[in-house]
Amino acid sequence: MVDRTGTPLVELRDISISFGGIKAVDHVSVDLYPGEVHGLLGHNGAGKSTLIKCLSGAYKMDTGEILVNGRRVEINNPRDARANNIETIYQTLALADNLDAASNLFLGRELTTPLGTVNDAAMEAECRKIMGQLNPNFRKFKDPVSALSGGQRQSVAIARAVYFDARILIMDEPTAALGPHETQMVADLIKQLKAQGIGIFLIDHDVHAVMELCDRASVMKNGQLVGTVDIPDVTDDDLLGMIILGKKPGQAAA
Amino acid sequence: MTDQTTPVSTTIQPDPGDNAVKRFLKATEIDTRLLGMVGALLMIWIGFHLYGALVNGFGAFLTPRNLWNLSVQTASIGIMATGMVLVIVPRHIDLSVGSLLGLCAVVMGVVQTEVLPAVFGLGHPMIWVFAVISGLVVGTIVGAFQGALIAYGKIPAFIVTLGGLLVWRGVAYLVVRGETISPLDSTFSLLGGGPYGAVGAVGSWIVGVLGCVGVIFLLVNGRRQRRKFHFPLRPVWAETFLGILGCGIVIGAVLLVNSYPWPRGIVRQYAEANAIEVPESGLFISHGFAIPVLILLAVGIAMTFIMTRTRFGRYVFAIGGNPEAAELAGINTKRMTVKIFALMGFLCGLSAVVASARLNSATNALGTLDELFVIAAAVIGGTSLSGGIGTIYGAILGAFVMQSLQTGMVLIGFDAAIQQVVVGSVLVIAVYLDILYRRRQK
Repeated sequence: MVDRTGTPLVELRDISISFGGIKAVDHVSVDLYPGEVHGLLGHNGAGKSTLIKCLSGAYKMDTGEILVNGRRVEINNPRDARANNIETIYQTLALADNLDAASNLFLGRELTTPLGTVNDAAMEAECRKIMGQLNPNFRKFKDPVSALSGGQRQSVAIARAVYFDARILIMDEPTAALGPHETQMVADLIKQLKAQGIGIFLIDHDVHAVMELCDRASVMKNGQLVGTVDIPDVTDDDLLGMIILGKKPGQAAA
Repeated sequence: MTDQTTPVSTTIQPDPGDNAVKRFLKATEIDTRLLGMVGALLMIWIGFHLYGALVNGFGAFLTPRNLWNLSVQTASIGIMATGMVLVIVPRHIDLSVGSLLGLCAVVMGVVQTEVLPAVFGLGHPMIWVFAVISGLVVGTIVGAFQGALIAYGKIPAFIVTLGGLLVWRGVAYLVVRGETISPLDSTFSLLGGGPYGAVGAVGSWIVGVLGCVGVIFLLVNGRRQRRKFHFPLRPVWAETFLGILGCGIVIGAVLLVNSYPWPRGIVRQYAEANAIEVPESGLFISHGFAIPVLILLAVGIAMTFIMTRTRFGRYVFAIGGNPEAAELAGINTKRMTVKIFALMGFLCGLSAVVASARLNSATNALGTLDELFVIAAAVIGGTSLSGGIGTIYGAILGAFVMQSLQTGMVLIGFDAAIQQVVVGSVLVIAVYLDILYRRRQK
């Protein structure tokens, strides 16, 4: 069981953001504890990706506040998020296709020589090290990532998130484009990271994956939070009911 | 993973199925695109020379004189083409470079003929320095301004610089009221080349030796880096070959520019001025590398360094590959855009120095249509208009291709109309070949 007595690793309080009159996220609050995997579920367009993009700095929320370790932080852009040890694996992977794996891994945080130039050799060596742990079959270090398979691209994106000592990890449908073997690899990685005390927000469509990997789950519908439940207390059908009907199991019974 | 605990530097291993050529290319790691471009350039040169020799009875192309002039004529377009790579790789375009060149040229013209002589006195040795600075500053500011409109105003680069194409040409006209400023400061005009604007035989040998030292340093340093990080090494014979090839090209270039002597009239003038006795057989004084060519060389090296060795260059490529990913990786893409266009503007200013100094005059029409040649040079050099791909050496080679076609057709007596047909066609064909090549690579 995850210890939820201390200060949450991150707290999103009363977040709202709208695009041209449409409330994409409507007064939503969620939190995350160290070593916890918190699933975010909902239909397409329910607002889960948008909510999480406020935390990763891709969007700027209209109202609400973000607390990291109990301290209020300003996250206006991806640099701010990274400064707070928040790393994100985007659904689109967000890789520069024309660059090689090492350049993508260190994009925005290049290793430099004492002269201030980029140290490609050192970055490639580090890249070989981390890929050796994540995906030992990875060989294409010199090729642009456009030449890689879906799973290989995914492992580059994951390597980027875990290399820099993330404390809070956001995974937006990390297994959407993967085969069964690679999906299992991601699942194992999530368990491993969780054991290291990293908090993970996991956005996923697959209820079974959420049931297997998550400690808690929050369901969103039409930009609003339907509810947050402890995974041990619910069944697959409860979660599905929340996603489709937009009602918490308790409410439905009452 | 093999040997993960104790990695050792291995030599690059060829596949057993490769033939000799493939094995050679793999061991030397020579870029086949570069090879293709150099081959195309040589074919153009030899073609023009043979055509001249067979049809006109005189092959004028492959002569020291023509090649020296070709190098000087390429400098202006080449300098801007390196900047255009920087602009096109992150998916922008700059149509205003020719007009901006004109504006910088007239500003420098006015500064060195009207403003500075009033302050320092005519012919003061510092005039050229301040004139050059004024041109570079104007170029950089205008470039940064356009970049800011693109980045913060969110106006497409095509529109901003299309407007700039008209605006800066008009402003240039207003600055000089349509007049031509000539002659320019005598020191300033050396920057455009000519017999006095070249570094001579000894100077060229110094450049050559520095070049060879540079080539060897790069090879040795590269090998050391690879060994340090246990990456596969090139075989020693391949390294030696590259070293000899690199030094050979440098020395060949020195021999070439040194074998082009000053014209007799200039020699006589020079001999009289310096009280030297000219023997009956004449005096052989080499041109050596022209100063604008050395400027192009320096710009090429500096820009290659920026594009491949700095974070700035890495971000330029990242934005070109995936702008959204670059933004999410924490790169300030807006500020990058301003910097990119400011640098392009700076290079337009530098190019204006070379172009106006070469003509020893500044007019508001200088650089008309240059934007097309610059973009064509970058694209022929392998810069992809869809972004993310491009090299500085490619753009410079592309500029040489463009200029060789122009010069070559003048030498063999084709008229302007045919020149346009040929240059336009070559642009389209070159890009098509490049697309075919890339498709085969995949």
